[in-house]
Amino acid sequence: MRVHRVGAVVITVVTMAAGLTACGSGGGDTFVVGVKFDQPGLGQKQPDGSFKGFDVDVAKYIAKELGYKDDKIEFKEAISANRESFIQQGQVNIVVATYSINDERKKKIAFAGPYLVTGQDILTRADDTSINGVDDLKTKKVCGAQGSSSPKRLADKFGEAWKSQYLTEQQGYGACLPLLENKQVDAISTDATILAGFAAQSPGKFRLVGKPFSEEKYGVGVKLEDKDTREKINKALEKMFGDGSWKKAVDANFGEFGRFFTTPPTIERY
Amino acid sequence: MSAPAVPSKRARVPAGGARVNVLYDAPGPRARRRNAVFTVLVILAAPAVLFLMAVKLNEKKQLDPALWTPFLRGDVWVNLILPGLLNTLSAAAVAALIAVPFGFVFGIGRLSGHAWIRLPAGAVVEFFRAIPLLVMIFAVMFGGNAILGLTVTPFTAVVIGLVLYNGSVLAEIVRAGIQSIPRGQSEAALAVGLRGGQVMRMILLPQAVTAMMPAIVAQLVVLLKDTALGFIVSFEDLLNAGARVLPSNFNNLIPSVIVIAIVYIVINLIVSAIAIWLEKRSRRNRRSTARPVEPPGAIVAPGSATGAPAAGVSLTD
Amino acid sequence: MQALLDELPVILQAFWLTIRLTLASAVLALVFGTILAAMRVSPLPVLRGIGTVYVNTLRNTPLTLVIVFCGLGLGLVLDVSFSTSLSTNYLWLSIIGLSAYTAAFVCEALRAGINTVPVGQAEAARAIGLTFFQNLRLIVLPQALRTVIAPLGSILIALTKNTTIAAAIGVGEASLTMKTLFESHGDAVVPIFLGFAFGFLILTLPTGLLFTWLSRRLAVIR
Repeated sequence: MRVHRVGAVVITVVTMAAGLTACGSGGGDTFVVGVKFDQPGLGQKQPDGSFKGFDVDVAKYIAKELGYKDDKIEFKEAISANRESFIQQGQVNIVVATYSINDERKKKIAFAGPYLVTGQDILTRADDTSINGVDDLKTKKVCGAQGSSSPKRLADKFGEAWKSQYLTEQQGYGACLPLLENKQVDAISTDATILAGFAAQSPGKFRLVGKPFSEEKYGVGVKLEDKDTREKINKALEKMFGDGSWKKAVDANFGEFGRFFTTPPTIERY
Repeated sequence: MSAPAVPSKRARVPAGGARVNVLYDAPGPRARRRNAVFTVLVILAAPAVLFLMAVKLNEKKQLDPALWTPFLRGDVWVNLILPGLLNTLSAAAVAALIAVPFGFVFGIGRLSGHAWIRLPAGAVVEFFRAIPLLVMIFAVMFGGNAILGLTVTPFTAVVIGLVLYNGSVLAEIVRAGIQSIPRGQSEAALAVGLRGGQVMRMILLPQAVTAMMPAIVAQLVVLLKDTALGFIVSFEDLLNAGARVLPSNFNNLIPSVIVIAIVYIVINLIVSAIAIWLEKRSRRNRRSTARPVEPPGAIVAPGSATGAPAAGVSLTD
Repeated sequence: MQALLDELPVILQAFWLTIRLTLASAVLALVFGTILAAMRVSPLPVLRGIGTVYVNTLRNTPLTLVIVFCGLGLGLVLDVSFSTSLSTNYLWLSIIGLSAYTAAFVCEALRAGINTVPVGQAEAARAIGLTFFQNLRLIVLPQALRTVIAPLGSILIALTKNTTIAAAIGVGEASLTMKTLFESHGDAVVPIFLGFAFGFLILTLPTGLLFTWLSRRLAVIR
């Protein structure tokens, strides 16, 4: 009798494993897009189940140009750690998720775009006028996200002693926000787009310094060998830049901070 | 983990109805008055403390209805919180379904007559119990990529970590369960001509399973709680919903962490209640000659051999 | 292997932080856990109720959540600031989280220990006129403590491993340091992992042996 029970457990495990693998296949006639779920202004899941943000608007435009209707688009959560595997394993058609183009990633997947150029910037409280550039952070408490390259850049710049005295690394930039609001820290520093998204959510509370000290180019991730789709996406993006939809998406998602992203970037075909 | 099963000493109820504890006498008139005063003071102090906290929270604008009303909306639960809960429960379920067989294989392996099975099984169990789970999860995520070239998803990393750690703790429970059966049982079985494997399968395991059921379920509560570690490697679990997704929508980190904590507590209380029910049931069923196995870390009677602390016996995390 | 040697100072520093986290949390948890245990066996139903609610709440909440709450909520709500240095501040907030959580387990261990003290002992104490606190302090707790040394050792070992969860609020103890080293030495993941695993074995195994020895030596002979 015990043996039967053990057998039942084994069968259940195998079934579940099979079920999990089965879930992994995107495809059919839907267009599956990997976006961030928790990044206001870029990719955010709304309480009603819909998605909002600049990345989402870009993805919808691309889908439309590739011939997919809005109801054929399926959004999947792409977090920083799983973006490459999502594309490589074909779980998504494209990834539009604050995905910076760099050489390391170009070995595994291909990028269309860039569709937005941003840089590491600083967010402070609206009434704090003492921070106006990266050098002012030398004596200010700064919050960053674990695993992000932004706090690392500051630690390299200011040294170990600064890191222990002035830097804290939390789980994501959302966790930094209440700390900044309540004066536990004086600044948050990462991509201007991310900061703008958070700031636009609570109007009047925060100030984006607007002096980026690095360059990040957001691209659309596709399969390495899929040159055809890549070129189609590049064409779609160029059309989006040209017909005013790009500017409209910037203003809709970044609000008053849209002024930091005035001109669309040039597509890099490599 | 269920409370250690020690019979209550406050059993005798005098005529007055007040419970008597060994530590103090049934209160006389003066003590009763003093106790009443203390009770009133505490009852008054509790709202005062709560009020102070509320004032503080209000000062920081954390009591703003806009931060709390999202939890009254059905769509917030359906689209944001429940998917996280589902991920938490499925990680726990998959991990539990693999960890239990893992525990049986290695627990029985440690009792094997062959040294080439016994020693490696022992080494695996002791190693994974001594390593913090978070360290294991990090190692799986980065090691999978560096050694095997795989990109390990947070779900996989959490499940593998949970299986290795909790499976090893379960192996110890299984071993203790089998060892709790009187020697005479296996000696008698051998005497009637059963082979080693048959003794284990037909005599020891059926009785041991009954004895260790409560301890296994108690460990599964620990496993369920441990899924929250996935938050640190960005697994989209319940804690992720409470500490990342909800605050990104409503900027309400503190309210949502409090609400999520309540959800966790309710789920764990339900699973703990199942553990206690199982324990009662297994006590009623007298088919087994084994004593129920204490959950790891439970207090055992002085002089009992299993009281020694072992690296990795975790009643926490 | 070379990476392990190169980074040895960083690794040792991380483990030193783990040890300090463990010791500070252990002391606080023992004190707080004893108070909780006293509450749970006290004559006042109100105190017993508060103790029970506290223990059941903390034991059923994931430690990660407790620490995230302490790091992000406590500092904010109570305006607690332990130091002008951010890393020291978060270190103390994580110690509060760890000890608040561990205290619930210490309380349960002590309470079980109190239950193993023979009724006659407490009755004799009452007969010679000791009050509840005298009874607890002079007669019951000393015996209870000695019977639960082994479980307290298990709690200490669990605490040592649990300090890794302070990584959730960015405290740079051993696990977070290991992750950082993984990122910077992608080719040496295995030696780095084995190095840290060895470090934890060094911390936990002697603790286990010490407490086994203590529990034998201090056992109450009945």
